[in-house]
Amino acid sequence: MAASLDPAQGLIPGEPGRPLRAARLGLTGFFWRHRWAKALLLLAPPLLAFVLVYVASLAALFVSSFWTIDPFTSVMKHVWNLDNYRTLWQASAYRSVALRTIGIAAAVTAADAILAFPLGYFMARVAGRRSRAFVFVAVLLPLWSSYLVRVYIWRLILDEHGVLNWTLGKVGLPALHIGYSNWAVWLIFTYVWLPFMILPVYGALERIPESYVEASRDLGAGAWTTFRRVVLPLALPGVVAGSIFTFSLTLGDYVTPLLAGGASSQFIGNVVYDSITTQQTPFAAAFAAVPLAVMGVYLLLARRLGAFEAL
Amino acid sequence: MSSRIKGRHVLLAAVVAALCVPASGVAAGNGLPTKIGKGEGQLNLIAWEGYTQPQWVKPFEKATGCQVHAKYAGSSDEMVTLMRQGGGTQYDGVSASGDASLRLIYGHDVQAVNPKLIPDFKNFIPALKSPPHNTVKGVHYGISLQWGPNTLLYNTKKLKPAPTSWATIYSPKYKGKITVPDNPIQIADAALYLSKAKPSLGIRDPYELNQAQFTAVIALLKAQKPLIKKYWALASDEIDLFKNGDAVVGASWPYQTNTLIADKVPVKDLIPREGATGWADTWMMSSHARHPNCMYKWMAWVSTPKVQAQQAIYFGETPANTKACSIMDKLAPGSAGQYHCGASAAYFNSIKFWKTPVAACGNGQNNCMDYTKWQQAWTQLKG
Repeated sequence: MAASLDPAQGLIPGEPGRPLRAARLGLTGFFWRHRWAKALLLLAPPLLAFVLVYVASLAALFVSSFWTIDPFTSVMKHVWNLDNYRTLWQASAYRSVALRTIGIAAAVTAADAILAFPLGYFMARVAGRRSRAFVFVAVLLPLWSSYLVRVYIWRLILDEHGVLNWTLGKVGLPALHIGYSNWAVWLIFTYVWLPFMILPVYGALERIPESYVEASRDLGAGAWTTFRRVVLPLALPGVVAGSIFTFSLTLGDYVTPLLAGGASSQFIGNVVYDSITTQQTPFAAAFAAVPLAVMGVYLLLARRLGAFEAL
Repeated sequence: MSSRIKGRHVLLAAVVAALCVPASGVAAGNGLPTKIGKGEGQLNLIAWEGYTQPQWVKPFEKATGCQVHAKYAGSSDEMVTLMRQGGGTQYDGVSASGDASLRLIYGHDVQAVNPKLIPDFKNFIPALKSPPHNTVKGVHYGISLQWGPNTLLYNTKKLKPAPTSWATIYSPKYKGKITVPDNPIQIADAALYLSKAKPSLGIRDPYELNQAQFTAVIALLKAQKPLIKKYWALASDEIDLFKNGDAVVGASWPYQTNTLIADKVPVKDLIPREGATGWADTWMMSSHARHPNCMYKWMAWVSTPKVQAQQAIYFGETPANTKACSIMDKLAPGSAGQYHCGASAAYFNSIKFWKTPVAACGNGQNNCMDYTKWQQAWTQLKG
């Protein structure tokens, strides 16, 4: 590649007094004539990093999922087989772990979308400058504290003698037993990923020109119809963009289920982690391929719904 | 592979490893050193958190010139992984529990040691001189350190009368208020209970389970699962559960009991009438240790009565060295009795210490479930 980037010497011969200027001119000319070379030069470093770090590690992960571990010495044996995937498919425990992970990720996404929409709407179309800035800070503030601290705080809120049951007791309601359960996991995920939904929803709502809404009203549509047929379809790509974050972040997490989950709160990430600490790396790789496949399908769907324009 | 061949390989490997060790003193006929040579100036250890406190590491460094670099490991599985890292040359020693020690011995990761080089070895309680988790066919693969039982912990306000049996943690009476460790070795606790509750299964050793016994034990754990509030991964998790009323009974270590009582939580622990499982830790030396003399000096140091007492009180466990008991009481009055220091053989024998389940059953047959099967069953149980 170095040779092809150095055409100046060959192009303008016989100008010994000004070799530097000539080289520069030649190089500029070369890039002007060959647009692709310029693009290549710009993209080469990030592309190289992407291929080496990201794609290569994914490929290594995928390949090792077809290998196996010697049960006695814990050494990896490079024998191609489908055993790991067969175990995944046949053992009902892993199926329920995968379904639980995907189900809770979907529930978290739905809850976040429902919570984020009115807040985003308020920020984009109702609030004045100062109250909008205030809400922005309020939304982003939790992100400044450690994720772990926030999970532990929720544990304190939800446990048997926690803030929640104390409050319920004060107003004469029966206590809830949702500490260390899938309810707790769902609630905490909904809370910690909410900012990632609010921001794209706000962005999409803000981009809807006020004139569209006015036109809709002028043409006789009521507030509800305007919302349903103008605002919602135009904001949907923002919701889908936010859902990519909330869904994938929940899908890949294992800390919240570990700390706040109950006896049946294993996520795919927890099984992967357990498998790696017990040196079952190929099985971990096989299970890690599941969220990858789920996200692949999800992103294809999101693209059809126009989420990438809203990002 | 039969266990006889395994044993012979281990012995051979140990002898070869011992012979390869340079400058570790004069070798005896069996390949073991007969005196500790000059320290190499460095010592790299893998330890449980709290096992390499400055309190006893600093004086050791001063006395021997061996600079200690310790890496904490969070589980037996992690210890085994770390010991194998970099061909086993990275670390000189590990404070392995009984469920890791046999894996390290049979994996040729640790070498035979000469207990005659540890002056305090003669003061150890008899049961920890050649325990089956670190001594194979009379060959010592490490020096015992400390031990303790896994106890039944309960809230004294919520459980009246006080429980006497492990049946409590399998009873629907406490549904949603029970917690047990998130660890495959917990299967042994269920096996121990069934060995008494269902003698027809014929469980003699909770770590040696054939297919039928294993199935029965897993069935008990499956029935227990809906009763469980949480499988705890960290001791602090269990402390939180008891403190905040989420759990009222569970399987525990003495450490949690002490912490909770110090926080004025109404709890007590006991060893139920079926007995208990327990842990006994051993300092073991890597087959490829680069600082073997410092490692010998370390094993001798942590066996001395004072260090044994300091560590026992810091961590909440029982010293192997009987001479440590009086020092314990001087450091913290009553602690020797509390931790059963210098316990009778009867008390010690009532505890079934953690060991790695292997295919070879004690009866010469090879039809027992090995640890891989335990791990798989545990993961699927939690799923």
